[in-house]
Amino acid sequence: MSEFIISPAPHIHGRDSVVKNMRNVIIALVPAYLCSIVFFGVGALVVSAVSIISCVLFEYLIQVYVLKKPNSVGDLSAVLTGLLLAMNLPSNLPWWMVVIGAFIAIGVGKMCFGGLGCNPFNPALVGRVFLLLSFPAAMTTWPLPKLLPATYTDAETGATVLSLIKEGALADAASGATVKLPTYTDMLLGNMGGSMGEVSAIALLLGFIFLLATRTITWHIPVSILATVAIFGGILYLADPSAYMDPLTQLLSGGMLLGAIFMATDYVTSPMTKRGQIIYGIGIGIICVVIRCFGSYPEGMSFAILIMNAVTPLINYYVKPKRFGGK
Amino acid sequence: MKTFKIGGIHPADNKLSAAVPFETVPLPAQVIIPLEQHIGAPTVAVVAKGDKVKAGQLIGEAQGPVSANIHSSVSGTVTKLDTVIDAWGYKRPAVYISVEGDEWMEGIDRSGILKEQCDLTPEEIIAKIKNAGIVGLGGACFPTHVKLVPPPSMTVDTLIVNAVECEPYLTHNHRLMLEKGREIMTGIEILKKALKVDKAVIGIEANKPDAIKYMEELAASHDGVSVQALKMKYPQGGEKQLIAACTGREVKSGAIPASVGVVVQNVATVFAVYEAVQLNKPLVEVAITISGPSVKHPGNYIIRIGTPLGDALAMAGGLPEDTGKIIGGGPMMGRAFMTTDVPATKRSAGLVLMPESLSKRRPVMNCIRCGKCVEACPMGLEPYLLAQLGAKQDWERSEKEKVTDCIECGSCMYTCPSNRPLLDYIRMGKAEVMGIIKARAKK
Amino acid sequence: MEIILFSLLVMGVTGLLSAVILYFVLQKFKVEEDPRIDQVEALLPGANCGGCGSAGCRNFAERCVKTEDMSDLLCPVGGSKTMQEIAAVLGRKAGEQKPKVAVVRCNGNCEARKKTNYYDGVRSCKIEHNLYIGETGCSFGCLGGGDCERACTFDAIHINPETGLPEVDEEKCTACGACVKACPKHIIELRYKGPKNRRIFVSCVNEEKGAVARKACSNACIGCSKCVKECAFDAITVKDNLAYIDFEKCRLCRKCVDACPTGAIHAINFPLAVKKATAEPKTGETPETVNKTETKQPTA
Repeated sequence: MSEFIISPAPHIHGRDSVVKNMRNVIIALVPAYLCSIVFFGVGALVVSAVSIISCVLFEYLIQVYVLKKPNSVGDLSAVLTGLLLAMNLPSNLPWWMVVIGAFIAIGVGKMCFGGLGCNPFNPALVGRVFLLLSFPAAMTTWPLPKLLPATYTDAETGATVLSLIKEGALADAASGATVKLPTYTDMLLGNMGGSMGEVSAIALLLGFIFLLATRTITWHIPVSILATVAIFGGILYLADPSAYMDPLTQLLSGGMLLGAIFMATDYVTSPMTKRGQIIYGIGIGIICVVIRCFGSYPEGMSFAILIMNAVTPLINYYVKPKRFGGK
Repeated sequence: MKTFKIGGIHPADNKLSAAVPFETVPLPAQVIIPLEQHIGAPTVAVVAKGDKVKAGQLIGEAQGPVSANIHSSVSGTVTKLDTVIDAWGYKRPAVYISVEGDEWMEGIDRSGILKEQCDLTPEEIIAKIKNAGIVGLGGACFPTHVKLVPPPSMTVDTLIVNAVECEPYLTHNHRLMLEKGREIMTGIEILKKALKVDKAVIGIEANKPDAIKYMEELAASHDGVSVQALKMKYPQGGEKQLIAACTGREVKSGAIPASVGVVVQNVATVFAVYEAVQLNKPLVEVAITISGPSVKHPGNYIIRIGTPLGDALAMAGGLPEDTGKIIGGGPMMGRAFMTTDVPATKRSAGLVLMPESLSKRRPVMNCIRCGKCVEACPMGLEPYLLAQLGAKQDWERSEKEKVTDCIECGSCMYTCPSNRPLLDYIRMGKAEVMGIIKARAKK
Repeated sequence: MEIILFSLLVMGVTGLLSAVILYFVLQKFKVEEDPRIDQVEALLPGANCGGCGSAGCRNFAERCVKTEDMSDLLCPVGGSKTMQEIAAVLGRKAGEQKPKVAVVRCNGNCEARKKTNYYDGVRSCKIEHNLYIGETGCSFGCLGGGDCERACTFDAIHINPETGLPEVDEEKCTACGACVKACPKHIIELRYKGPKNRRIFVSCVNEEKGAVARKACSNACIGCSKCVKECAFDAITVKDNLAYIDFEKCRLCRKCVDACPTGAIHAINFPLAVKKATAEPKTGETPETVNKTETKQPTA
């Protein structure tokens, strides 16, 4: 008799896989990545290549030689972390800082907790925030966009929308001074200073549509974040337009879209239930606006996401899905 | 088109044998009839070695209120009362009968003429169903006569006929509707009478348009009987999901369907009820599907209970060479068999043969907490959490998280991108917690 | 200077007040407890394994102090020695308890017990047992899922990947019985360690008739009763086609071991047989001794 396999049901599988989901997110990042290459040229290429290669390398080394587990690079999660980290960095960041960021992202942010699925915080953001706190100057000098520049660390630099506003651009504008803030069209296309992946709103929204179409993520987290920011930012704007930016600038500037679509929706660190995801999104939105408008940092998306990451286990514990036959 | 609201998945339906009419599996030389084919107390044999039996004769008598009679499916001589190894390797008491001719008990109508008129009282109908040993043929095998007498505190207003057949590959319910539609309609009238209800709804999924059309035509001449076409979604055939889809009512955790005024019967059960009440024929044969990606002639078969399932498989072209797994029933809820050499019982829904390439589970990875299982769960549970608690053997919290509500549909495991064996743990947890609750109730 | 003095004063007064409050609260809510419970608990291993039948070591200590007759109380981890010490503290007499050890009563290794199916679910005996009889023709034998291994708090039982069977490390085994409870097939038994750790037992629990058992596993006990005839001490009984050696009666003469046609009877920690090796690899033995026995076979 041949050995028939015996096992309990179910015997068929939906063929969804971790690799497939990771691949989808990477594909969704392609438009934004292309935009960053168009605007930041060689710098974007170098930073992303260094980030991805070092993330994969650190994951391999730690997994195989420290944790002594089978190589897990094939699940593409390290590639994705590397890409996301790069998207969150200015394209003129020296390569060795990128390597340090990658080490913190993978080593401290992910592998310390046991690898894929075990980390409480988004690894790419852990890496980015570490760099922001360690090298504040380098992390906040943003290269100005040009068409396919061949510059890297020698790129011409300038301020971002949010840093201009933090320095009082709105009040200046109200008092009649000429302030050079990017137009909405520039913000949509990505023709402004910032981290390499966050500048082009259209490219990021294209990625969002792809993620929704492939059912990689659901709308709950991004929409709840953006809606909260729009409403909360809108209230502030109505209260005092000379002190606070308008809601559309809130949405299009800084890492708002990149964070809401790609960083906050990270499976591992976001809540499991739809209701929980909406609470999580609202939390991120409020914290982000508070940091932007009242904090000392011009941008608060990374911190907002990390803070809500920490709240995720609590949300998972208390927020239950709607039970069948329940209230 | 309606469907249920919470969770659900969309597996490919693979109804390979939907167009193949029923064939009857020939009588074997010997049948082995297990004495335990239902939920509830096992039956006790009322025949002895050497006894001559006729088809339809009682051989196992029901014990207690929740149990069902078992009848001989053939005529011949009882050769021994022994045990038989079931599909999962366990020994079960069984009656062995060597087949001689095909003589039926007197009073069983085998003319094949449709008999629509039924003048019996509800009590007489239920007694007949009980004597005929009819159980729910949708998989659970719960004795039907018990379901037809809901607790006096509950008033039933609707009979739902479950013709969803949401399991991939299986098609025998579909064929039964096409070939025995009039009998099923009569069966529905009988059940309506037994339950004293006016309304009956037949729930059919949209992938069976011919059955929907045919049943609608037949239902036109029956008062209060309607067909509800349902959007395809697994597990729509689950009792609670079907009730939610057809009526919008949700059965509360731990409650029975009658609590929301509904009784659900599988379409094959309805047909068996027709045969029992109108033709005096006990439940001695079942409809099954033999299918699978590499089966030569996937088909639907009528098989006498006790016949080896391998006989039906032989008619479908034999065991494909690349077979890696023999699934007893559908691929979402059926448990794999150790061998095909097991007798057909009231539980049998068919065999689905999986080629080796599709048989093995894929390597398990870490949970990435994507929440897709939560999204898929039709009961609104958190499968990832229940599986974790099961692995940790934390039964107290499992109970709080409603592990006992799980209907074991397998949607969570079907969707899991990390291929985690969620249902294995949840099933264990459910069994443990059920045991704990029972022990507590006894105290 | 003033600041330092002031802060010292504030801290001192606060501390004193707290101490006074604490003292009175303690007096008010004091729980009278037999001080001997603490003494006894200190003697116990503190593993909280539950092997004694109590909920943890403290609970066991309470039982020891409360009861007058300690003869049926035993901490399997500490053994007789600990019980004597406890008895000395309490001024009572401890029951005489011989040390026990867990033995695995299945020797159906991969070679002897061929697989008929391949189980592809979660590797847990409990789950597999709920669904299937197992992967082999033997419905009584070890499933190899390692529930015993996971249940053991002392790292004393491990599945040998070569045989697929658990092996007990008798140095580490404390006979707490956790594996006995964890095994759904009831294969593991606590038996006396025996003089010089020597013991003999039937390493099979198959209750099928001889031919059926043999077909499923060539190492199975077939219930032939040859061992019963050999035994001069009436220690062996055959019930349901299965021999069982009563460890109270067995005198470790090893005649049954030689008589067994399938090698189902295992003798542990005996010097190598001189005249005739009954060379079956024995569970519980170290790999070295197994190898020695095997290499000896051709010369015998």
